[in-house]
Amino acid sequence: MSVVDQKAVELPPRISEAGVADYFALLKPRVMSLVIFTALVGLMIAPGHIHPVLGFIAILCIAVGAGASGALNMALEGDIDVLMSRTANRPIPRGRITRGEAMGFGLTLSFFSVMTLGALVNWYAGGLLAFTIFFYVVIYTMGLKRRTAQNIVIGGAAGALPPVVAWAAATGSLSVEPLLLFLIIFFWTPPHFWALALFRSDDYARAGVPMLPVVAGPDATRLQILLYTIVLVAIAAAPWPLGYFDWIYGVTSLILGAGMLVLAIEVYRHRTGSQALRATRRLFAFSILYLFALFAVLLLDVVAKAVAPLIW
Amino acid sequence: MDSNHKPDGDRIVLTEAQKKRRRERSIAIACALGVLVLLFFAVTFIKGPGVLVRPV
Repeated sequence: MSVVDQKAVELPPRISEAGVADYFALLKPRVMSLVIFTALVGLMIAPGHIHPVLGFIAILCIAVGAGASGALNMALEGDIDVLMSRTANRPIPRGRITRGEAMGFGLTLSFFSVMTLGALVNWYAGGLLAFTIFFYVVIYTMGLKRRTAQNIVIGGAAGALPPVVAWAAATGSLSVEPLLLFLIIFFWTPPHFWALALFRSDDYARAGVPMLPVVAGPDATRLQILLYTIVLVAIAAAPWPLGYFDWIYGVTSLILGAGMLVLAIEVYRHRTGSQALRATRRLFAFSILYLFALFAVLLLDVVAKAVAPLIW
Repeated sequence: MDSNHKPDGDRIVLTEAQKKRRRERSIAIACALGVLVLLFFAVTFIKGPGVLVRPV
């Protein structure tokens, strides 16, 4: 018996002291809140009627599925999370939960979220949720994240799918509108995460994650942020002239888009010192508001149209 | 990760903290399963008793 084997035998079995809060943290609750919101919008703007209980179940399953993806992501990234200040406080780097426990937790939640959505709502949505979890965990976390600077560009598809899953839950089919929502989140992801990566590039470099600022440098990243922001603003406004969403959405998207563009130009212009840091932080913060407000307008539009006949 | 529990012969005696956390986790799992049962029960009212019977 080797020394290592002997030590393993002598050590008493590990008894977990992880609490409910530690497991909740594995679900990445902040990411989950954005997923819930975008999925809710996808569900609400879908045509036809879904029973409120089924709608609630759909959103719950999508949220749990997103949380499961987060837990599996943390289980697979425990070795790099411990090296980054942003993630060092997560349950696995802190030693509260083992990677195996997180993996079991994530797989269990994945199974139950997909099966419940499929059985109680429809299998089309269940299948899409399964694909979303697979894409985030296998394609993004295991495949792309440590290999290419395009990790968050391609991986962004996983974060863009929740409103599509919700639409499928409500209608049992797909249409152009949810794909537009998908495209908005997909093109929003690179400027959002590259802004974060710009002021966290030391973290990513230490962990060996090939984020764009680490691989191509901050200047190339600033240019990419600006280019992606231009595409994002155009795509976010397009549903208005194309007739999918009405003028309230169109005007809001143009105003918010102008804000995103101004901040992206600031990031491009200010390349050193505290001004550069402030510009990237402002773009990162505003990008969250941008996506939230864009989807909130769609939600308010639906609510207003539903409530108006009752008032007038 | 804590290994402060004391082996007592071939038995393991959990510390108070470990017992408390285990109880919390058990309650959380029970609540989650309870919610799942309620959801399935509620859907039988909406879709009828053939809720899980679907054409292939």
